[in-house]
Amino acid sequence: MRFEDAAVTLGGRTIWSRVNLEVGRGEFVAVLGPNGVGKSTLIKAMLGILPLAEGRVTVLGRPAGGSGKDIGYLPQRRNFDPNLRVRGIDIVRLGSDGDRWGLPFPGGASLFAGAKAQQARIDEVIELVGAGSFAHRPIGQVSGGEQQRLLIAQALVRRPQMLLLDEPLDSLDLPNQASVAALISEISSEYGITVIIVAHDVNPILSYLDGVVYVARGGAVSGPPERVITSETLSTLYETPIEVLRTSDGRMVVVGQPEAPAHHADRHTGHPR
Amino acid sequence: MKVILGIDLHQMFALHFMVNAYRAGTIVAITAGAVGWFMVLRRQSFAGHTLAVVSFPGAAAAIWLGLSATIGYFAGSILAAVVIACVPRSQSGRAHSEESAVIGTVQAFALASGVLFVSLYGGFLDSLTGLLFGTFLGISDGQVVALGAVALVVLVLLAVLGRPLFFVTVDADVAAARGVPVRSLSVVFLLLLGCTAAEVSQITGALLVFALLVMPAAAAQQITVRPGPSFVLTIVLAVVITWISLAVAFSSVYPVGFYVSTFGFGVFVLATGARALVTRLQSRPSGWRRLSARTAAGA
Repeated sequence: MRFEDAAVTLGGRTIWSRVNLEVGRGEFVAVLGPNGVGKSTLIKAMLGILPLAEGRVTVLGRPAGGSGKDIGYLPQRRNFDPNLRVRGIDIVRLGSDGDRWGLPFPGGASLFAGAKAQQARIDEVIELVGAGSFAHRPIGQVSGGEQQRLLIAQALVRRPQMLLLDEPLDSLDLPNQASVAALISEISSEYGITVIIVAHDVNPILSYLDGVVYVARGGAVSGPPERVITSETLSTLYETPIEVLRTSDGRMVVVGQPEAPAHHADRHTGHPR
Repeated sequence: MKVILGIDLHQMFALHFMVNAYRAGTIVAITAGAVGWFMVLRRQSFAGHTLAVVSFPGAAAAIWLGLSATIGYFAGSILAAVVIACVPRSQSGRAHSEESAVIGTVQAFALASGVLFVSLYGGFLDSLTGLLFGTFLGISDGQVVALGAVALVVLVLLAVLGRPLFFVTVDADVAAARGVPVRSLSVVFLLLLGCTAAEVSQITGALLVFALLVMPAAAAQQITVRPGPSFVLTIVLAVVITWISLAVAFSSVYPVGFYVSTFGFGVFVLATGARALVTRLQSRPSGWRRLSARTAAGA
């Protein structure tokens, strides 16, 4: 995955420009930055949903949008209506064949080899994300963490080479953040899948990361976390003094002065683990 | 000779207009069930109701102009579907309420125009009741053929679009990323809904389309969460409700729309009540289990 001098303009406003990035196969990379700087826009540019104003994006060796089948996408927090009478397993199945015209043949799973293989794959990914016990309940009635697991299964069902996850840990409680982060990292390393994850808080995923992309003020910097999340890099990026503090157990806290991008500090720093 | 619920079936089906009522009713019930199932899932009941209400001025205008009411029903609903589909929709979540406001405005204007057309025709009260609350008398062979042809087109299109439409309904963002044409699908579905609303209006009347479009689907979705069975159950419920209602209406003096709505309502109440009871019974032990598991994990 590679961005070359890329820029995106939305409604006459340049979201970011001159972005150069490279993510290698099988890497686990986080996209960080404060709200509203265009993290999701970066993901949408990779998917080819948003056209670039300048530059080029290459994904899996093809121009963005040309490798849809090899990419599993999890959009920013979807709130399933609590009254939605659709099961988790149906949501996962749609990830497999939802874009095919026609209707599924009733009872096909016991008649056709293709349908049988599809059913087996659906059961496999549900097992993989540990959703076996709640996949048959209506999706609106399972917890946020359980919904995220099902959505990751949906993104995985077609054996993608790349996962684009937009804030999958947002609005989860701490234990769930940790377990979903561990699950994503396990999937990435076990199946050699490139994972690009948009995150609000770097700490739950920090230990798994190969690289980070920090988006701010119309541009982005990328590299290994220890090189990018430093006081110098972030101060240059934001053009304002910023301090990166490390706690005794290795977690990072980003403190901005005088005006915040203090989003790391305002979250989980006070919580015991 | 069979007599069920005091209704002489042999005598009923000896009458050609009752045979046509059953033909038309069955066609309409199947279409309404199939399209209604998606409509309820898509939370577009309000749009469905409006499309039906707009068929009323359409039919009233057609009668006033000396045309067939059937043409008026379809013209009104399809025109309204196009209008609603043309409302520009932003990407934000506010689009929903905007759409509701537009739909409500269209609906009020449609009802008012319908009343005007009926008065222009000569204030014929019987036809007003029929248009608003349904009638099964005097359905011609031609009308049955027209209903059947439209139903066939709607059902074939729905069968082709079914799975992507379900995808878009449940999960529009991912569907869009997978290359499903989200916007075109919603427009086509609105047109299908318009055709269906016009069909249902001709049996239940413009104001009571909910009876066939919403109630069977809502009840079936309460009973089962499996998409296939709930879809089939919706159609079965719609057909059975229509058949029973026509038979009861045949032997009584009250409009058929009343019976369709009442039986539909009854099924929905039963389904909701049964589900509430089942979840209540299930939730107690498993609630305890979850609580104790959480306590164990916290300790």
